[in-house]
Amino acid sequence: MDSDLSPQDKKDLDKFIKFFALKTVQVIVQARLGEKINTCSSSSPTGSDWFNLAIKDIPEVTHEAKKALAGQLPGIGRSMCVEISLKTSEGDSMELETWCLEMNEKCDKDIKVSYTVYNRLSLLLKSLLAITRVTPAYKLSRKQGHDYVILYRIYFGDVQLTGLGEGFQTVRVGIVGTPIGTITLSCAYRTNLALMSSRQFERTGPIMGIIIDHYVERPFTNMAHMHPCSYRAPGEDEGGTYAGIEDSQEVCTTSFSTSPPSQLYSSRLSYQTPALGTVDLCHPTACTAAAHPHQMVVPGKEGGVPQVPAQPTHGTAAEHGRIPSCPTGQSPQLAPPTSCSSEVKTVSPSDALETTFTRKVGAFVNKATTQVTTTSLDLPFAAFAPRAYDLQENDPMVHPPPSPAPSSPLQGSLHSNTSSHSGGQPQDDFVMVDFKPAFSKDDLLPMDLGTFYKEFQNPPQLASLSIDVSVQSMAEDLDSLPEKLAIYEKNIDEFDAFVDTLQ
Amino acid sequence: MNCRSEVLEVSVEGRQVEEAMLAVLHTILLHRSTGKFHYKKEGTYSIGTVGTQDVDCDFIDFTFVRVSSDELDRVIRKAVAEFKDALGNSGSDGMGQISLEFYQKKKSRWPFSDECIPWEVWSIKVNVVNLANEQERQICREKVGEKLGEKVINIVEVINRHDYLPKMPTQSEVDNVFDTSLKDVQPYLYKITYQITDSLGTSVSTTMRRLIKDTLAL
Repeated sequence: MDSDLSPQDKKDLDKFIKFFALKTVQVIVQARLGEKINTCSSSSPTGSDWFNLAIKDIPEVTHEAKKALAGQLPGIGRSMCVEISLKTSEGDSMELETWCLEMNEKCDKDIKVSYTVYNRLSLLLKSLLAITRVTPAYKLSRKQGHDYVILYRIYFGDVQLTGLGEGFQTVRVGIVGTPIGTITLSCAYRTNLALMSSRQFERTGPIMGIIIDHYVERPFTNMAHMHPCSYRAPGEDEGGTYAGIEDSQEVCTTSFSTSPPSQLYSSRLSYQTPALGTVDLCHPTACTAAAHPHQMVVPGKEGGVPQVPAQPTHGTAAEHGRIPSCPTGQSPQLAPPTSCSSEVKTVSPSDALETTFTRKVGAFVNKATTQVTTTSLDLPFAAFAPRAYDLQENDPMVHPPPSPAPSSPLQGSLHSNTSSHSGGQPQDDFVMVDFKPAFSKDDLLPMDLGTFYKEFQNPPQLASLSIDVSVQSMAEDLDSLPEKLAIYEKNIDEFDAFVDTLQ
Repeated sequence: MNCRSEVLEVSVEGRQVEEAMLAVLHTILLHRSTGKFHYKKEGTYSIGTVGTQDVDCDFIDFTFVRVSSDELDRVIRKAVAEFKDALGNSGSDGMGQISLEFYQKKKSRWPFSDECIPWEVWSIKVNVVNLANEQERQICREKVGEKLGEKVINIVEVINRHDYLPKMPTQSEVDNVFDTSLKDVQPYLYKITYQITDSLGTSVSTTMRRLIKDTLAL
């Protein structure tokens, strides 16, 4: 098999596979960071963009991937897997998906390594970019923050799918045939998120006072001790066969040649070591998460203190109220990887959540909580009334009923409308208050606005609208109609002239 | 050479049409675009770099990846907007189809004009539904998001069959295979057409037009 492949082709192919594996890991991990990825196109090749795609290299991820590969390449029986899992702030974890880069024995001897294989690997990476946004873990990763984070683990060897639960689905990203085997890239993802959601609901039970300690310090400090295991197959030689490839300073400059009408040509890869050193030359900023390479925590979408969203989101953390004493300095120091046109992520300043309201199960649901002091009112939406609310006793405006007044529904509603002005709280049926309308002065006129309003708020009914009279007048009107019509017809010319003057 | 034809169908609400079409078209174009070719002497060429961008949809629970090229994005958005307007103005019950066709130009001798030979056609059939209330809309958001995910998987499946692709052209032939008008990326030559289905389920006018055009093109 290998004898059919020229040494140069073999070398090229090994290099392609190695960098393809590294780029695959980068794409998968970056897609689970929780942020939108944005890289720039460049018409002139920069020399370090493998597969003609602008995929940034996060150094820690590359380091982990290389560590997992340990100088080997994905091959037949040696698969490279990236496992994505979710870990809650309480320490529960759950595997979400496993991406597998495998090779099977089906060879394509006639394929051109340096052209066709390279381009097909590029196409496969593009497919991976698209598919990583489609699996369920993507949405979860976009919403990660203080309640849970997404972790990755790279291992080499046999694929382990048992952690994905029952009924996991598989999606194949694509295959590329090579002279030494067919590379396949696929993803197995969990469909049964029930465990997580039931745990979510359990956590919504306790009130805030009990779980207060979760938010006092960094929820994931204990993760410092957690190192995902990178499997190393025992007894395999490291690096001996591939000494020539183990070089992080490699740059790929690909040039292709065409010779019409067919594609029989030779292409050569030239490897140049740039003067300044590493591949990171093109990536000025990168994830600065030195402490926790496997944990991709970015400041939560909602900022340092999560806001209460307008609509409940499925499958994610229930909202918790926050104690303002929770230090905002606790937001993790990790900066998200930036890109060419990066938007600097700032912690939202809206930390001033009212402690009056705790978890919002639904709008206007009046949960019994100690913090809410205004719920004893019978006012509608009393919970939203201003907190600095004068009590009845202190309010000088409140008086006992001065005189009997006709009770009418209008009056009752008037009181509830004006209570915010007067400060009165109509806890009994009707409380007569001296109505002092805003912005009115009573110095000049003997009758002020308030008095006028009170006196004329119940005007007598119009005579024409009273029932006795109306029936009679209606009958009279009907009788007189024909006469009126006759008069109008006689004077039609007058009316027409009048209309003309209007035009 | 036979033209490969793929049909995708989606049912969306009116305001989701644009984003759904953009998601599908951009996903296809992501796979059918390369970096800019730079030809050097001796018949060799190098390829520029293609950047990518995540796009969140506003009316659908979905994020898609597109090529980082504002020029290309503008062209696609314009075509989709025209399609959406036509769909809205048609007075039909909201059914239409937008097609993305990749073709090659074949130079013909005078007096015949160049032939456009399609090698891959993607047809996206759209069915616009009307929803009664906000709850249905919310469900639709998620459902359409899942459906689009399935479409992306379908697209990727077709593309990774590695069926026919035009041969890489020489410098003189590159405009017969690729659209070299953009400054940052180079998609294969493509054209976007659409047709609105009237209530009888036939699109009479466009079919006639196409027949006539094809006859004349010969």
